Amino acid sequence: MKLKNMLSRALRRPYVIYAAGGLLAGFLNGLFGSGGGTVIVPFLEECLDQEEHTSHATAILIILGFTIVSLFFYGFSGTLDIKLALWVSLGGVLGGFIGAKLLKKLTGPAIRKIFGAFMLVAAFRMVFFS
Amino acid sequence: MKILLSILSGLLSGIISGMGIGGGTILIPALTLFLSVNQHTAQGVNLLYFLPTAAISLFVHIKNKSVNFKIAFPIMGLGVLGAVGGSLLALVLKAAFLKKLFGIFLFLMGFYEIFKKNKKNQKK
Repeated sequence: MKLKNMLSRALRRPYVIYAAGGLLAGFLNGLFGSGGGTVIVPFLEECLDQEEHTSHATAILIILGFTIVSLFFYGFSGTLDIKLALWVSLGGVLGGFIGAKLLKKLTGPAIRKIFGAFMLVAAFRMVFFS
Repeated sequence: MKILLSILSGLLSGIISGMGIGGGTILIPALTLFLSVNQHTAQGVNLLYFLPTAAISLFVHIKNKSVNFKIAFPIMGLGVLGAVGGSLLALVLKAAFLKKLFGIFLFLMGFYEIFKKNKKNQKK
């Protein structure tokens, strides 16, 4: 019931909001080949009052659409390495299973901070040492 | 060796994807830093990698009725223009420059990951 109210309220908002969030997420996802979800999940939660779980699930569908479009462009320019992607995906599927099993035990601010720190180190290396 | 490292990179980002942190933010730097993959190629790999992973989890999410289609479709429809623009821009940029740009983006996301408030605990 509460969800229904939230939904109708969200839907009454102007399409400008949808456009802004979608354009930004699509743009970043195309430019960096990732990161669309980082924008769209908080956007769904904060701007459209969606619950956390709904936001995550809905974001996957949205990003999937963006990804298919971006892949056309990447594919035409010849920058796709399908073989590498297959090996990575093999690890990814295994990792997904492990992640899902560990999720209940592992989630928490501490782990997020560790990965956040990892990202910062990688970021520095990419900007200054490459 | 390269194959092993590729699988390991995927494994690591797969684990992290399940935690709601974008897997690509780990996969792309892992590919460029450890496997010396070109930035554009790494981004392309992440896009390809997203397809099966997203399809599987989407299947589960749709079955559980967690996907809000009424919101997804307008956002997707309008956002596609952004995806076209972003992809075209990425492809005209030089790999070295795109890598630095990605580094800045990664820095911001890492920063956000470390300092954002824990929503789950707040709501409870």
